[in-house]
Amino acid sequence: MPDAMPREEPAFKIKNANLPVLILHLKTPDMDRFKAQLATRIKQMPDFFSHTPIMLGLGDLAEADATLDFSNLLDFMRGHRMQAAGVIGGSAAQQEAAAKAGLGVIPETPARPAPVVEAAPEPVLATAPEPTPEARGPAQPDLPGLESDAEPARPEPPAPLEARPTLIIDKPVRTGQRIYAEGANLVVLAIVNAGAELIADGDIHIYAPLRGRALAGARGNTAARIYVQSMEAELVAIAGLFQVFDEGIPDTLRGKFCQIYLEGEKVAVTPMSSKRQAA
Amino acid sequence: MPKVIVVTSGKGGVGKTTTSASFSSGLALRGNKTVVIDFDVGLRNLDLIMGCERRVVYDIINVINGEVSLKQALIKDKHCDNLFVLPASQTRDKDALSLEGVGRIIDELKESFDCIVCDSPAGIEHGAFSAMYYADEALIVTNPEVSSVRDSDRILGILAAKSKRATEGQEPVKEHLLVTRYDPKRVAAGEMLSVDDIQEILRIPLIGVIPESESVLQASNSGTPAIHLEKSDVAEAYRDVVARFMGDDVPMRFTTAEKAGFLKRLFGGR
Repeated sequence: MPDAMPREEPAFKIKNANLPVLILHLKTPDMDRFKAQLATRIKQMPDFFSHTPIMLGLGDLAEADATLDFSNLLDFMRGHRMQAAGVIGGSAAQQEAAAKAGLGVIPETPARPAPVVEAAPEPVLATAPEPTPEARGPAQPDLPGLESDAEPARPEPPAPLEARPTLIIDKPVRTGQRIYAEGANLVVLAIVNAGAELIADGDIHIYAPLRGRALAGARGNTAARIYVQSMEAELVAIAGLFQVFDEGIPDTLRGKFCQIYLEGEKVAVTPMSSKRQAA
Repeated sequence: MPKVIVVTSGKGGVGKTTTSASFSSGLALRGNKTVVIDFDVGLRNLDLIMGCERRVVYDIINVINGEVSLKQALIKDKHCDNLFVLPASQTRDKDALSLEGVGRIIDELKESFDCIVCDSPAGIEHGAFSAMYYADEALIVTNPEVSSVRDSDRILGILAAKSKRATEGQEPVKEHLLVTRYDPKRVAAGEMLSVDDIQEILRIPLIGVIPESESVLQASNSGTPAIHLEKSDVAEAYRDVVARFMGDDVPMRFTTAEKAGFLKRLFGGR
């Protein structure tokens, strides 16, 4: 009688999380040598592990295909307040043995960083840019049925981005349009009108008047810069720090070929031809 | 090869319907078999300006819903033999204007007409989108003031990104700038944007300038497209627009002597 069932609060939910985890890489199948060295090391910092889950890295032992006595190893580790959660890599036989001993198995260390997009710091902006579908690059990895945990246990360093080809736009960017160069530089060869928005995770070059907005280093790259042939912008931003031109653009900059970059916490706009002049 | 031309602007009240009426009449006067479609469902005006409001029986929604044939809904214009009007519905919901239904109508019209002029409603909503989706060319109607120029810029962006030609990766929609309600005296006084100012922002080719004129209002009220007015600069200007659209080389008029501005544009922009 499904309709007689009371509506229940969900008893669980599955979330995708990016947690920092320690990996103990085994360099030798010789367990006596391994235990001796590990014991010496742990003596120096007895409270370091305190039952933190730890992964055993077997990548270096895979080729030798040495048989490992996991239950013995786990007992030894527990004796030193180390809690093995699973193994990464190793040969098929080693993984099978690990599973039998109650360990989780991750087949191989991921060759490239796991989906980092969610973990990347969001640009700190009043108008947080949300790339339009048509301006977006390849789709972000989405795990169906899993929510991603946007807050890692501790701030992770900005993940290295794959070098994506520069996005080149050769048609006018008009009011209401938003171009996002995800993980890439952006080059615009035609006018960017008021009300249009350029966003790039890298640098932005505009070889025409910029009358709209340009936001470089959108994922927090403070070294990103904007180069604009004719400076008439509404707003420029580097790594989330922005500068608006409410009172109009100063005469020293208006219509000039300018470079925009971060000087400490300040957005500097300087004409390319004359000497440095903070805006 | 039949052409689908959308008359659009984003902003309301700039002269889209006036332009649609005169432009389609002009095309018909030059021998093109032409149909003009009113896409402003709920606020139909084109039939008033064409002076055929009393002959509207069926409308575009009836055709889309398959209630009547296209032939039954088309109204023959009273001034030109080869011009027909497909009116909008006054009462229906604008969501009835499905893209797929509009596509069917346009395909059917292409079999017997040379030019299909789509009079877009204001805004960037569904009606405006259905009017522009199938366009091959676009007349962007702009008044010499900043908000109108800004809205035209928005429409140009949508045309370049979301029209059928754009989404299917075909050659882009051919864009023409038409400046209406232009008053050279006020431009000279600095109260209005000049044609050069507008082009500097929109950067599309100019197809004509229609001067501000009281005769447009009289023409609208009497149900006669402005292009039929005698001795009127507006009629002349619309005839020039049609001539340029057909490929004639006609010098720009009604912009006053602004040669310096033209040089400035050559010098200042690309």
